[in-house]
Amino acid sequence: MKIFVTVKQVPDTSGKVAVNPDGTLDRASMKTIVNPDDLNAVEAALRLKEACGCKVIAFTMGPPPAESMLRELMAMGVDEGVLITSREFGGSDTFATSQIIAAAIGTYGVEEDDIVFSGRQAIDGDTAQVGPQLAEKLGLEQVSYVGAIEKKGNTLLVRRMLEDGYMTIRIRTPCLLTCVKELNTPRYMNIRDILSAYSKPMTVMDYGTLKDHPLIDNDTIGLQGSPTNIFKSFTPPQKGVGMILSGDNRSVAAQVADVLAKKHII
Amino acid sequence: MEFNLSREHELIRKMMAEFTEKEVKPIAAETDRTCEYPRETIEKLFDLGVMGICVPQEYGGGGSDPLAGAICIEELSKQCASTGDIVATHNGLCCDPILTYGTEAQKTKYLPMLTTGHHVGAFALTEPNAGSDASKGQTEARLEGDHYVMNGSKIFITNGYVADVFVVFAMTDKSKGTKGISAFIVESSFPGFSVGKHEEKMGLHGSPTAEIVFQDCIVPKENLLGKEGKGFSIAMATLDGGRIGIAAQALGIAEGALDEAVAYTKGRVQFGKPIAKFQNTQFTLADMELGCEAGRLLMYQAAMAKAEGKRYTKQAAMAKLFCSEHAMKTTTKALQMFGGYGYTKDYPLERMMRDAKITEIYEGTSEVQRIVISANMGL
Repeated sequence: MKIFVTVKQVPDTSGKVAVNPDGTLDRASMKTIVNPDDLNAVEAALRLKEACGCKVIAFTMGPPPAESMLRELMAMGVDEGVLITSREFGGSDTFATSQIIAAAIGTYGVEEDDIVFSGRQAIDGDTAQVGPQLAEKLGLEQVSYVGAIEKKGNTLLVRRMLEDGYMTIRIRTPCLLTCVKELNTPRYMNIRDILSAYSKPMTVMDYGTLKDHPLIDNDTIGLQGSPTNIFKSFTPPQKGVGMILSGDNRSVAAQVADVLAKKHII
Repeated sequence: MEFNLSREHELIRKMMAEFTEKEVKPIAAETDRTCEYPRETIEKLFDLGVMGICVPQEYGGGGSDPLAGAICIEELSKQCASTGDIVATHNGLCCDPILTYGTEAQKTKYLPMLTTGHHVGAFALTEPNAGSDASKGQTEARLEGDHYVMNGSKIFITNGYVADVFVVFAMTDKSKGTKGISAFIVESSFPGFSVGKHEEKMGLHGSPTAEIVFQDCIVPKENLLGKEGKGFSIAMATLDGGRIGIAAQALGIAEGALDEAVAYTKGRVQFGKPIAKFQNTQFTLADMELGCEAGRLLMYQAAMAKAEGKRYTKQAAMAKLFCSEHAMKTTTKALQMFGGYGYTKDYPLERMMRDAKITEIYEGTSEVQRIVISANMGL
C-alpha cells in the first residue's frame, strides 16, 4: 500500500498580495506557505500511515525552492518527496497541471490498495479542479470535499461535506480523495523527523523525465498549451458601507422596494 | 567567525515559532493571571520531542544539540517565559546531568521517563542559607546499607510541584566542604519526599516553583549521580549549561518585547504621526535590536561551544549576563513606549517586564556571572 499526496506551495495571502504587470501573481516577492487544505491531506495520509504502516509520498509541481516545502512535510513524517520542476511546465493551468502530476504519480504505479490525497483547492487559484482532474487522468474513483475517513479493509467510508449537510460514501481503493479543513488538525513538524528530513529520498522530475509518459500530451502543457489564459488579475476595490434600512419587516420591505424602483431595477 | 544555522536548526525554529504562535501565545496572559502550570502545552512539547531534545534517540529523546534546545526556549519565551523556563529546567538541569554523569543503568531507567514517559524533571540545589554560595547547603545524605537517608530542604525549585524526577545535591561528608557534596537522582515517589510551600512570585506565574522537603527520605544507593563528593563540580558544570537556557529565555523575552514595541509604535499616532517616526523612538528601538543581535551571537556561541565539547563556562556566563540585562532594559523601555497602556494587563509588556527580572537572578545572579567571567580572565 502506498499513499500519494499532492501539495502546492502558495503565496501567504495573510500578507501583501503582489501582482506582476502582466496580471500574474508576483510569487517571488511574497512569502510562501503550504496550501492549507493540502496540509489536511498530508495529515490524513500520515494518520493512515500510522494505522497501516504504509509509505507516504508527497508530490508538488513548482520552482526548485518548492523543495523546502517538501522537506517541511518530511519533517512532519512524510517518507519521500517528488519535485516536478521544469521551465516547460511553467504557467500550466489546472488541465495541464493535473496531467503532469498524474504522469508523475503514474511512474510510481497506482496499485489496488493505494490512495491519493489532495487538498480541496489552493488558496491562490481557488479552482478545486486539480484533484478531480487528477483522478480522471489516473482512472481513479474519487470523492471530493472529504471531512471524515474510516478505513475498512480495501474500502473507505468517507463523509463528503456539502453546504447544507453531508453524504456518507463507501469507496473502494485505489481512489482519490480531496480533503477539507474539517477533516483534521494538521500536526506540527517534530524534532525527530526534522533531523531525518534532509536524508529522506527526494526525486526531481523534469520535462525530460515525463515527456514520453502516455498521460502527457505535449501540446497541452505549460503556459502555451494551457487552455486557460489569465486575462487580468487585480485587487477588487473595497465595497462601500452600503445602505442600512431600519424598521419592522413590513416597512423595511417597502423601503427596499422603493429603493429598487428608484434605481429602475424593478 | 560566521554563524549560519543549519537547515535542521532553521526547521526547528520554524516549527517552534508556529507552535508558539498557535499554542502558547493565546494562553500566555491567562497562564500568568491564573498562575496555572500549562500542562497541556508541556504534554504537546513532549510529543514533539522538545522535552528531552538533546537526549539521544536511543533513550527516547530528540537527539539534537544544545543550539536546537536554546532555539526552542528562545521561541517559546517570546510569548511565554514561564513555558520557556519549564523546558529549560527540564532539559538543561535534569536531563543533561543524568545524561552526562549517569551510569548506563541510570540513563536507561530515567532518560526514557523524562522523554517518552512524559515525566517532568527538576534540579534542587538552592537552600535558604545557600543561594549564590551554594557550598553552604545543609541538606545531608547518610549512607545506611543499600540506601542513603536524606534530610533537609531546598527552596525556589522550578517545576517543584509538578516534577517526578529531581537531581538533588546533598552533603555526604560535611567535614570536606564542597568536596563533601554529592548528587542524587530522587523520585518524588520516594518515601520521605514531600513538596513544601508553593512560591508566589513577581513573574513567571506559569512556572511551578516550590520548596522541597526531605524527611528521612530513602534514596537507593544506585541513585548516587557521579561519584560521592563530586556533587559540587556536577552542579557548577550543569549550571554552565543551564545558563545557555536562561540566556535563550531572556533573549526570547527581549525579542518578544521588541516585536510588540515595533508593532505598537508603527500604529500609535501622536502629534500627527506614528510614534515610530520620531527619532527618539527609532534610536531606542535600534538599541533594542542591537542588543538582541549581540545577545543572540553570544548565546549561539556558547551553545555551539557546548555542542562541540569545548569549554564554555565564560561564554555561557557572558551570554546569560548580557541577555538577562538586555531583557530587563528592553521590556522596561518597550513598556515606556506603550505609555499608560503598557502599565495595564491589556497588553503583555508588564508581564514581560516582570518575567524578565528573574533572569537577572536565577541560575546565578548577574553579580555571580561577573565573578565567573572575571575568574576566567587570568586576573
